[in-house]
Amino acid sequence: MAETANAASRRAIRLASRHKAWREYSINWELYLMALLPVIWLVVFMYLPMYGNVIAFKRFVASKGIWGSPWIGFDNFERFFSSFKFGNIMWNTFFLNAYDLVLGFPIPIVLAILLHYTPWQGYKKTVQMVTYAPHFISTVVMVGIIFKLFSQRIGIVNVALTALGLPESNFLGSPVWFPHIYVWTNIWQNMGYATIIFLAALSAVDPELHEAARVDGATIWQRIWHIDLPGIAAVVIILLILRLGQILNIGFEKVFLMQNTVNIVASEVVDTYVYKIGLASRNPNFSYASAIGLFKNVIAFFLLIAVNRIARRTSETSLW
Amino acid sequence: MALMRKAQAAGAATIPAPAGGKPRSSIRHAREDRLFYVINVGLLGFTFLLVIYPLIYVLSSSFSDALEVVAGRVWLYPVKPSLEGYKAVFEYSELWLGYGNTIFYTVFGTIYNVIMTMLIAYPLSRRDCKGRGLLMFLFTFTLFFQGGLIPTYLLIRSIGLIDTRAALIIPFAIGVWNVIITRTYLQSNIPGELYEAARVDGATNTRMLWSVVLPLSGPIIAVITLFYAVNHWNQFFNALVYIRRQELRPLQIILREILVLNSPGVIDQLMASASPEQVEALQARMYLQGLIQFALIVIATAPILAVYPFVQKYFVRGVMIGALKG
Repeated sequence: MAETANAASRRAIRLASRHKAWREYSINWELYLMALLPVIWLVVFMYLPMYGNVIAFKRFVASKGIWGSPWIGFDNFERFFSSFKFGNIMWNTFFLNAYDLVLGFPIPIVLAILLHYTPWQGYKKTVQMVTYAPHFISTVVMVGIIFKLFSQRIGIVNVALTALGLPESNFLGSPVWFPHIYVWTNIWQNMGYATIIFLAALSAVDPELHEAARVDGATIWQRIWHIDLPGIAAVVIILLILRLGQILNIGFEKVFLMQNTVNIVASEVVDTYVYKIGLASRNPNFSYASAIGLFKNVIAFFLLIAVNRIARRTSETSLW
Repeated sequence: MALMRKAQAAGAATIPAPAGGKPRSSIRHAREDRLFYVINVGLLGFTFLLVIYPLIYVLSSSFSDALEVVAGRVWLYPVKPSLEGYKAVFEYSELWLGYGNTIFYTVFGTIYNVIMTMLIAYPLSRRDCKGRGLLMFLFTFTLFFQGGLIPTYLLIRSIGLIDTRAALIIPFAIGVWNVIITRTYLQSNIPGELYEAARVDGATNTRMLWSVVLPLSGPIIAVITLFYAVNHWNQFFNALVYIRRQELRPLQIILREILVLNSPGVIDQLMASASPEQVEALQARMYLQGLIQFALIVIATAPILAVYPFVQKYFVRGVMIGALKG
């Protein structure tokens, strides 16, 4: 008797809670209706292409479409790994990004600290205004400017070199110069804008710490080292994780635009190669190109997970 | 993350007075600090010159005589000022077609972007919206793993968007980063009590979006509008992949043709196989071509750089909201 009553009340509770959950969903039905279009977009344009990667495991036959084409397993991947270009492309992709990271990441931090401690506000504002500006120049125009500055004979860099009695250099047609020009012009374009985040973090450092350190007679150098840098460490780590997670991804447009037949040994990266054999070629090989792209995306993804885990272990700061 | 939230609590979004102040310690320290300020001002000055010089050089060259530029006599200010380059550019009708197309993509693309972003950011910002955690995850995941170029291309081709204006708009509805900052903004600027009050007054969720959320989200809409607009304006690669028809090409594609593909090298090659009379003509053409490129860089960049000082604070604000959220 008591048993049945118990069961009955349990069922009633279960029903009630199911009813409550349903009510919670239904009370806000308009919210879901609003989200519907964005969610459809997300599924169609972001998740369908992820699924479309199955083409990497198939031999794509145009007449049969993605779904009807025959499976070939990992053939495309093996073909890429054994391709004579594999080593060169992977190295270029890694090297350009690593070079860009090693210089492009710390320089904005230094610049932010300098700006933060500038004695004159007007000076600070002016430098900020000017250094942020190049961020908004499009990649195409940026490469146009690079070509203008570094071109042979008439580019201002070579003109200056000649005026100083130094030999001029074919900067744009040289695999040796390509990485340096790519990275340093990146820094030129983005270092100012990248300070914004660090400036925000610096201004969030507790001013009382600075006050106390000043009373104790600490110099600015000491305060930067012992107060500011630890204070912005969390922001720095988060950004570093994000940047490392993108280490194979950055700068495709710029590399593509700066590429020419002479510097190709230094400038062929995964993305440009995928574009070349998948879209720009006369008889595009969708399957092979997808396999290469997928390979890169998977590596990048696991890299991000690994970096995040390391960061969580060592510093208790992580993305998730 | 936790640390960053603490940073947020400390009021990170305000720009403080310089933390430097007057050193009041021993003489040795005062001297070290003075040294710091000297290095500080010097390095910042150097950075300033480094960034501004190429811009000045391009600007000055664009207003100079073609021959002077080629001879390397322009390095700071215009030499033998001339408007030849600009004249040639203004007569180039394809460029204006590209300008028009880019304005089209930017205006309609941005409107579409902002509407779609608000439609998803608002539900995601409502704490009483069940299932928002999962939705947020699905959106954020695409930041770290994407379908890739070829599958996306095949999809867009299969739904027949290639060579339509829609190809540069519809597939690029939402920047996930912008959703994150919009949601963060709405969560921290619209208190839950406001929704409660609106509900008591009998407002539906749609009504709340109109009467509560939108009036309070002016600043964040300004931020994401600018982010999206700059993106559209500078967009190059998607147009390269999805647009072939001449009359649909945006500005950046045309710029690439003139600035990157048509660099002096091409004319160099032509000259190698030309007769003496032709060489002279080609040389003149090359000089003018060079000048046109300078003028073009200025014309293509001027609109953004002219507006930018007035909207700089919105970009800064957008980056900061994103930073503090992490």
